[in-house]
Amino acid sequence: MTRYFSEDHEWIEVEGDLGTVGITDYAQGQLGDITFVDLPAEGSTVGKGDSVSVVDSVKAASDVYTPVSGTIAEVNAALADQPELVNTEAETGGWLFRVTLSDAAELGALMDETAYKAFVDSL
Amino acid sequence: MSEFPVSEEDGVEEIETLTLPLDAWHRAKGGRMVEFAGYYMPVQYEGIMAEHLWTRESAGLFDVSHMGQVYISSEEGVTPALEAAVEAALPIDLATLKNGAPRYSLLLDENGGILDDLMVTRWATGFYLVVNGATKWDDIGTLRELLPDDVTLNHLDESALLALQGPKAFAALERHVEGEIPLSDLRFMKGAAYKLGGVDAWISRSGYTGEDGFEIAIPGESAAHVADLLCGEPEVKPIGLGARDSLRLEAGLPLYGHDLSPETSVIDADLKFAVNKRRRTEGGFPGADRVLNDFAEGTARRRIGLVLEGRMAAREGAKVLLGDQEVGVVTSGGFSPSLQNPIVMAYVDTALTAEGTALTIEMRGKKLDATVVPMPFVPHRYYR
Repeated sequence: MTRYFSEDHEWIEVEGDLGTVGITDYAQGQLGDITFVDLPAEGSTVGKGDSVSVVDSVKAASDVYTPVSGTIAEVNAALADQPELVNTEAETGGWLFRVTLSDAAELGALMDETAYKAFVDSL
Repeated sequence: MSEFPVSEEDGVEEIETLTLPLDAWHRAKGGRMVEFAGYYMPVQYEGIMAEHLWTRESAGLFDVSHMGQVYISSEEGVTPALEAAVEAALPIDLATLKNGAPRYSLLLDENGGILDDLMVTRWATGFYLVVNGATKWDDIGTLRELLPDDVTLNHLDESALLALQGPKAFAALERHVEGEIPLSDLRFMKGAAYKLGGVDAWISRSGYTGEDGFEIAIPGESAAHVADLLCGEPEVKPIGLGARDSLRLEAGLPLYGHDLSPETSVIDADLKFAVNKRRRTEGGFPGADRVLNDFAEGTARRRIGLVLEGRMAAREGAKVLLGDQEVGVVTSGGFSPSLQNPIVMAYVDTALTAEGTALTIEMRGKKLDATVVPMPFVPHRYYR
């Protein structure tokens, strides 16, 4: 299993051709209290960089972009009742959706954990 | 700071972000600072939800020093001529305005559009106004144009303004004030001069959260001392502007620049009470022709509150629909921490403003079911 990060503050953990996507702990801290997560439809086809989900905080709504192209395999049903999981477990139980990758080569454009940490420190 | 500092580079006006007296204080307390109305202001400390709920059950200290404090006076004190000058500028009836009692009023343009909403207080020596931060420079310019030359307008830009809001605000504040009037004698929309921790303070029982509470004007150099004093009380925590916004939305109070604008009329905005009875017949203020006509004829739309189904919030600019027909627009929206569901303020066709009317709000391509409800969304708890 390998974890990658995007400059839009998504993380993706890949096992085989299945990637689990969420927003980073840094991102949830910036957004504040998450009150609702609008998730993509299972089975829908998405392209790298598409806005596929929205996280609502008390004040504002923020787009979540898929870091890879593919098909939405599953969404995190627990977020319907507990959107605050994105705050408390951003990089574990607060995952948003799983995507079946159509082009694993896209992962090469993403950052590893060390590079992402340096990226956040530079902001 | 008497002029708004502006530097010009490459022909583009760049407005410098300014710091207010409590800037370092907020940062030391962990406030997340953002640019707002030309200043760095704290948007939140521990989180909007927690700060909002803390204010509803205890007391929150808000720094609202970005707002404009303005003093209107004449050499002869409060004379009939000064009152006439203020009444020519604002739709207020000064004969009914008691000493020390703030009243909500509006700055209107000549078409009756709303330039700002503000509080006016009669002091023994003149009139004290608190106007919105984002509009204060324009307001000062407008007021200077409206007022005769022998009336003095001072921008009290050395003064800080704090709001202590919540059911325990009184208990926390009372421990530190001395004045001619006991703090318990201040009812909602009444004010007086006090010593607060040894500092000269103008305190009124008012605010913009729907809770009991106080607004406290103090010299800027004493602001950190007073803020420390109040936040040293177990009931009080510093609260950011994020929670101020969610509290005022729950309280059904319009926010200038969102729910009010020059395109909004007094009747649209449901602010009839801001035009005092005598002025509704006599007029004599900017935009009076339009305002008096609207009072008689009504207007096509009105500001209302809607509660949404589900948890997805609708935001400013979202369309309000009846079936497929567009019937209005959302001007403020968010998730209500007290009610745990989304609420909005919107302007809709007057025919659709009755309580219980079912409407739809379109947000990011989704249709959200919404129902017209009376405002405030959360009951006011003013100390009357």
